[in-house]
Amino acid sequence: MSMFHRQAGRYVAVFAVDEVRVLRKVASEVVGLLTDGFDHTDPVVGRLFPAVYPKDAPDTAEFRRYTEGDLKTAKIDQAGAILAALPDEASGEVRLDAEAAEAWLRALNDARLAMGVRLEIKDGTDLGEELDDAVAEDPGSSRVFQLSVYAYLGYLQESLLNALID
Amino acid sequence: MGGMAAPQVAPVETPDTDEVPASDRQWVTIVWDDPVNLMTYVTWVFQKLFGYSRERAEQLMLDVHHKGRAVVSTGARERMEHDASQLHAYGLWATVDRS
Repeated sequence: MSMFHRQAGRYVAVFAVDEVRVLRKVASEVVGLLTDGFDHTDPVVGRLFPAVYPKDAPDTAEFRRYTEGDLKTAKIDQAGAILAALPDEASGEVRLDAEAAEAWLRALNDARLAMGVRLEIKDGTDLGEELDDAVAEDPGSSRVFQLSVYAYLGYLQESLLNALID
Repeated sequence: MGGMAAPQVAPVETPDTDEVPASDRQWVTIVWDDPVNLMTYVTWVFQKLFGYSRERAEQLMLDVHHKGRAVVSTGARERMEHDASQLHAYGLWATVDRS
């Protein structure tokens, strides 16, 4: 599994072809969710665009009227930063400057939030146990794959964050 | 919060509102706990967005994690809405309320 490290002021990781495919897929899915698939009743959209006044729908709607367009653009751009930096359809090196690294962090977080809603991750969810249970039920299931990707994105995000902070 | 690295606990108490004039103190930005965001990431976002020290940012993150929510900024309503929308860009679950 690839991890980011700092090298001469850049944040560098070398990805295997499967990792490139997975990252391309999750970033594209986030873009899809924010463009064609944008739907306020989708719980994932609800999590990425939380009601700023939970008890006041009109004020929340007013806030959204002024901020949602920019927020959507920012989220599409940060997912785009992942797509832009990935090698084409093969394994290879990703090298990010500080700005791109921060966009990646936010985009990885958006992807994890989206997957977390779909996978019904709760406080105290033990990912290892979830994965064991899912494998026991059906090793080839979509849930096994999604849980693995979710865990992978968490490690990748943490490695990038550590490289940025250290 | 999905903590992967154990945070260092720094028992630092810093008053939030000392430098804010009373007239601007009636609104707050609140960050709520969620099961996905990494503890290290939440701490980093607080430092990044608010310029808080690592110790203060960690204390706020721990408040969010253990108490379910924490006030992360205080001031005029427009300013709090700005903060909330920035926090949303980073994927934190932020709301605005009267203090």
